Amino acid sequence: MDLANRKKELVEEFSPMIVKTSLWGKLWIGGLIAIILVGLYAFFVQIQKGHEITGMRDNVVWGIYIINFIFFVGISYSGAFISGILHFYETSWKNSISRIIEIMTVLSLVIGPIFILLCIGRLDRLHYLFLYPRIQSPITWDIIAIMTDLIGCFIYLLLTFIPDFAILRDSKELEIPSWRRKMYKFLAIGYKDTPTQSKRLHKIKNIMSAMIIALAIVAYTVLAWIFSLTLQPGWNSTIFATYFIIAGLYSGVSVIIISMYVIRRVYKLENYLKKIHFIGAGIVLLVISLLYGYFTFSEYFAKWFSHKTSDTNLLNTLFGRYFWEFILANYIGIIIPIIILFFKKLRTIKSITFAAIVAVLGMWLNRYIIVVPTLETPFLPIQDTRTEYLFYSATWVEFALSFAGIAAFFLFFTLLIKLVPIIPMSGIIEHERKVIKKTKNYTDGLE
Amino acid sequence: MENNKTEKETDRRKFLKLGLLSSVSVVAGTSLVSNLASVDEKLQSEKIRLLTPEGKIVEVDATNINKYPEAHITPTESRKGIPNRKFVMVIDLAKCNNARSCVESCQKAHQLDYHDEFMKILLIQNNEEDAPYWFPKPCFHCDEPPCVTVCPTGATFKRDDNIVLVDNNRCIGCKFCITSCPYSARIFNWGHKAKFDNKDIPYSPETGIPGTEGTVMKCDFCPDLLRQGELPHCAKACPMGVIYFGDKNEDIVTNGIETLRFSKLIKDRVGYRHLEHLGTKPNVYYLPAVNRDFPLERGLDKDEEILERYKNVPFIEEFIKSSKI
Repeated sequence: MDLANRKKELVEEFSPMIVKTSLWGKLWIGGLIAIILVGLYAFFVQIQKGHEITGMRDNVVWGIYIINFIFFVGISYSGAFISGILHFYETSWKNSISRIIEIMTVLSLVIGPIFILLCIGRLDRLHYLFLYPRIQSPITWDIIAIMTDLIGCFIYLLLTFIPDFAILRDSKELEIPSWRRKMYKFLAIGYKDTPTQSKRLHKIKNIMSAMIIALAIVAYTVLAWIFSLTLQPGWNSTIFATYFIIAGLYSGVSVIIISMYVIRRVYKLENYLKKIHFIGAGIVLLVISLLYGYFTFSEYFAKWFSHKTSDTNLLNTLFGRYFWEFILANYIGIIIPIIILFFKKLRTIKSITFAAIVAVLGMWLNRYIIVVPTLETPFLPIQDTRTEYLFYSATWVEFALSFAGIAAFFLFFTLLIKLVPIIPMSGIIEHERKVIKKTKNYTDGLE
Repeated sequence: MENNKTEKETDRRKFLKLGLLSSVSVVAGTSLVSNLASVDEKLQSEKIRLLTPEGKIVEVDATNINKYPEAHITPTESRKGIPNRKFVMVIDLAKCNNARSCVESCQKAHQLDYHDEFMKILLIQNNEEDAPYWFPKPCFHCDEPPCVTVCPTGATFKRDDNIVLVDNNRCIGCKFCITSCPYSARIFNWGHKAKFDNKDIPYSPETGIPGTEGTVMKCDFCPDLLRQGELPHCAKACPMGVIYFGDKNEDIVTNGIETLRFSKLIKDRVGYRHLEHLGTKPNVYYLPAVNRDFPLERGLDKDEEILERYKNVPFIEEFIKSSKI
């Protein structure tokens, strides 16, 4: 195989993606920036007027900020988990999706914690967490876990980028401004794809991928503990950490499927993102949705069957005020994906993507169901006349910032795809190299 | 051991005489105790000798002595607690008629708004057959406080004298303590208020004044008053003598009207702690609402807004129905 030629071919194939931006692409980016700007305005309003501007009050002190935080960190955890595992598989199909997952992992782990910051009353005192740290607080564990996870995932992402940066740096035909070429040169940190270098890179990636699996599980477990280590009736559950681990995968795999669908459509990557990927991811989602449904059922069934007063009160809230949310999150959001993914005939690219969308929305609502009704149903009855203190409803500020977070996720995703091709060129080359080596060994053996 | 015992004995006698006056400042130390006891007997104009924190003996006017504990307690000092004390509160549910004097005096002292209550009065009816009762609920100052465990910066802390305080200079406003408190004892300053800007009085966690935006606050057992040998505002204000306050070390509680032995009171009246099964070990005890001094309805003679709070209690639902028809 002529390596240089193959690299050139690949660069040529993917160059439209990273060089040009279509009118629609520009509109898309502009729209996302506009949403983020609205979010920034909302943030300044919140800073100026205080948390009074949000729907949070003394009983429901955590609202959709925390829900978004759990949601995004969940996506990140499952991304790290899956990309860590994928690294150890030697298949050609993983190349098409590995980068999508890695980018998703890092971006959601950057955006998730921003939401927790929005929830903090005194942002100006954030450094107190490091000035006066108290190790027995689960928040301190969470900070340590998430920061380590973020660093780990970021390094891993960078490692997967390096060979591609090197290819882009070396391709003279690529019509990019010189600053970008300089940037590639800088980011490739002298990688020349020599056998020693690639061997070393592979070794580091092996270590890192094993590490990020562990880091991600720890980070999401600790996040679940923030809830389950309290005495609150809806949270104080021994299965919460495992439940969160499964739930995180549920939303993570769904987001992967949705991203695959969008990227395939937008960048016309039908050759790379094939139906087999959707079927594969769909079956993984099916298994996880069954597990997730099982955990959800166990969680509420135990509460209903043993009917402690505090649990009964919570269930009354859930099946009273939150009836439809509960049905949508924990029935529709689980059963619809299971039905679609269970029957072979129903498994088309579109239907699998639809199942994934239902799963993601159901998942977000499930987090809402976990956080808000619990806080509205404390041990001692809330005896208050102020409706905003009795029931939580998010204000425009909270929604604006939530949408800004989602928009930021899309924006950074789009920009990162502009930086490096969404299909890792180095991965393709590496795989082809291995195939040639194997056939050569085979033919050598025959002689 | 022996020495400790005699010290306790003298304390107890004094306690009986002066109520809670025996509480002393951390700074002044125990030397002040013996002097204080003698002061009361003798003429007020007399000069007495005191030991300063530096170890010097000084002579001061006896009338000035009680003012000393009013000295400003800094956030660092407030972490220590008053030596040799284990404060405890006993709330006699049989006496409460929802007069709300405790709530109001607490709000006044802590500069709280109408709806911000460190002391809340709930109307509890455990089941439909059960007789409802008024349930004054301060912070329980638990021995195993979940709020203190989860605080990431140590802004809320447990002192040796049983009190759990919040240092709002340290609080970052993560609200984890609020979600972890099973008694909903904590409230949050959601927005800015003009009174927070009042810097006339230096801030002390012992008074909680002035408040700070974006931080947590709660009932503090009024350590500023305890240092002066007085009862907390709620206990002082209650016209029915519902709230007894005292020291577990001395085994004494008082509501300002009568002074009782704590252990005997709890045993005789079958005192209990709310939601004992949660394992938080509260330092607020309740005496069951048996042989009540007042019918419950006495507490319903309140503003409409106050009554509105209890509308979900089965008893009130029926009460409203019957009074309307």
